[in-house]
Amino acid sequence: MTERAIVDARGMPCPRPVIELAKAVRGLSPGAEVAVLSDDPAARLDVPAWARMTGNAFVGVESPDDGEGDALVVRLA
Amino acid sequence: MGVSRVYLDSGGSAPPSRRTSEAVRAGLAEGWADPERLHAESRRSRQVLESSRSAIGEILGCHAEQLTFVPSLTVAFDRVIGGMHRARRGRDRIVVSAVERDALTHAARFAAGEENVTVIPVDAEGHLDLDALAAALDVPDVSLVCVQHANQEIGTVQDLAAVADICTVARVPLVVDATASIGHVPAPEHWDALIANPADWGAPAGIGLVALSPRARVLPAWPDGQGLDAGGAPVPFALASAVALQERAESLEDTARRLYGLVDRVRTEAAAIPGVDVVGDPLVRLPHVVTFSCLYADGEALVTRLDAAGYAVGSGSACTSDVLEPSRVLAAIGALTHGNVRIALHPGVTEAHVDGFLAALREVVDALRSEAGVSADLPAASPVADAAAGVAQEDVASHPAQVEARPSDASPSDDGEAPSITWPALG
Repeated sequence: MTERAIVDARGMPCPRPVIELAKAVRGLSPGAEVAVLSDDPAARLDVPAWARMTGNAFVGVESPDDGEGDALVVRLA
Repeated sequence: MGVSRVYLDSGGSAPPSRRTSEAVRAGLAEGWADPERLHAESRRSRQVLESSRSAIGEILGCHAEQLTFVPSLTVAFDRVIGGMHRARRGRDRIVVSAVERDALTHAARFAAGEENVTVIPVDAEGHLDLDALAAALDVPDVSLVCVQHANQEIGTVQDLAAVADICTVARVPLVVDATASIGHVPAPEHWDALIANPADWGAPAGIGLVALSPRARVLPAWPDGQGLDAGGAPVPFALASAVALQERAESLEDTARRLYGLVDRVRTEAAAIPGVDVVGDPLVRLPHVVTFSCLYADGEALVTRLDAAGYAVGSGSACTSDVLEPSRVLAAIGALTHGNVRIALHPGVTEAHVDGFLAALREVVDALRSEAGVSADLPAASPVADAAAGVAQEDVASHPAQVEARPSDASPSDDGEAPSITWPALG
């Protein structure tokens, strides 16, 4: 099963969700997934842009288990 | 001792030249009276307005009678789009590009209703999807097409000749927002209505300019039922607009060539900072405009710290505006939206200013990343550096904004070779 880390960045304004994402991927293996939970409109744009700039893959937008905000999922290259 | 100031935020708000300041004073002396009355003082004001329109018409390539001064850019968008839409009775839909100014898009939504505005996407460099435009005009319910000449944030210049061809075939009028380009590059030739912003070329804020082609029709879509001019604009500012545009036109090509080279330098050196996303077309662009976004940096902090270091810049990041949404232009091209720096150079900006800015930028970005604890989490410098570095200043043809991308025969940059970028680890 794919390893999936969760970064709960809800309530954090830009660029905090992406900063927390950068910290969360340290030490994770290629193929691992990270879901950034965010309610910041800029994160919807900036998490995919982070993936493009860092050579990782943006998987898509999901709904978090508790339904609040977005779950922005990336997969590490 | 105060910090010396370098102003790099001239988009829609350029510093006035000495000649322009003198024109405001002269305009006040000669044109203080209401130009709409029946006496000699009023006639003198009208004369000032007339000669201002003639001078601008000469530069834009249209007749003075086609030009109207309005009290602001927002009024220009509201009246042109509202009035032309209303005159196209029975056609409900307005088509706009995804990178138009907010004021234009809002005017279109207000005129046609939000559900009746079709937004045409752009590619990653900000060029309009012409196939999507043609497809949108297949249905005969479109009243207007609105496409900007060039973008005020990313600088990308649109292929207006191709856009106009598509509009002509569909018999739909084309409204061109040239508020970022006039005064910097030759005026566009293909339009039914043209909107310009004198403050962008160094006139005082508080005046907008509209040009209509002889075939353009406008019906009042506003409470006063009067003409496009919405009560008219200040006569001294009209004169200052003309004088400032003349001054820009006198050295248009030299200034464009020089600023195009300075922006090349900013593009190349900003892209060489790890984790910096430089956006817009590196070649087919305005000479003086560039924007880029710095990973992990806070946009507001970037602007305030650069300000403290003596550099005035803009930003399209959400945290620098009073709305929560970041720039729609950055969103439309899929660019990073946080840590955004937006620059528009005025003719007084020198190479030394740009070098000082780049040094301050590197310092501020390093400091912000270090404070956030992410100095070691950066990707290599972005590949856009190669594209931008391939074009030397001398290589820009008769006009920078008109050049086509020719990567195959682009000559090397000033130092003889494209920079190979190796960066020491940060921190």
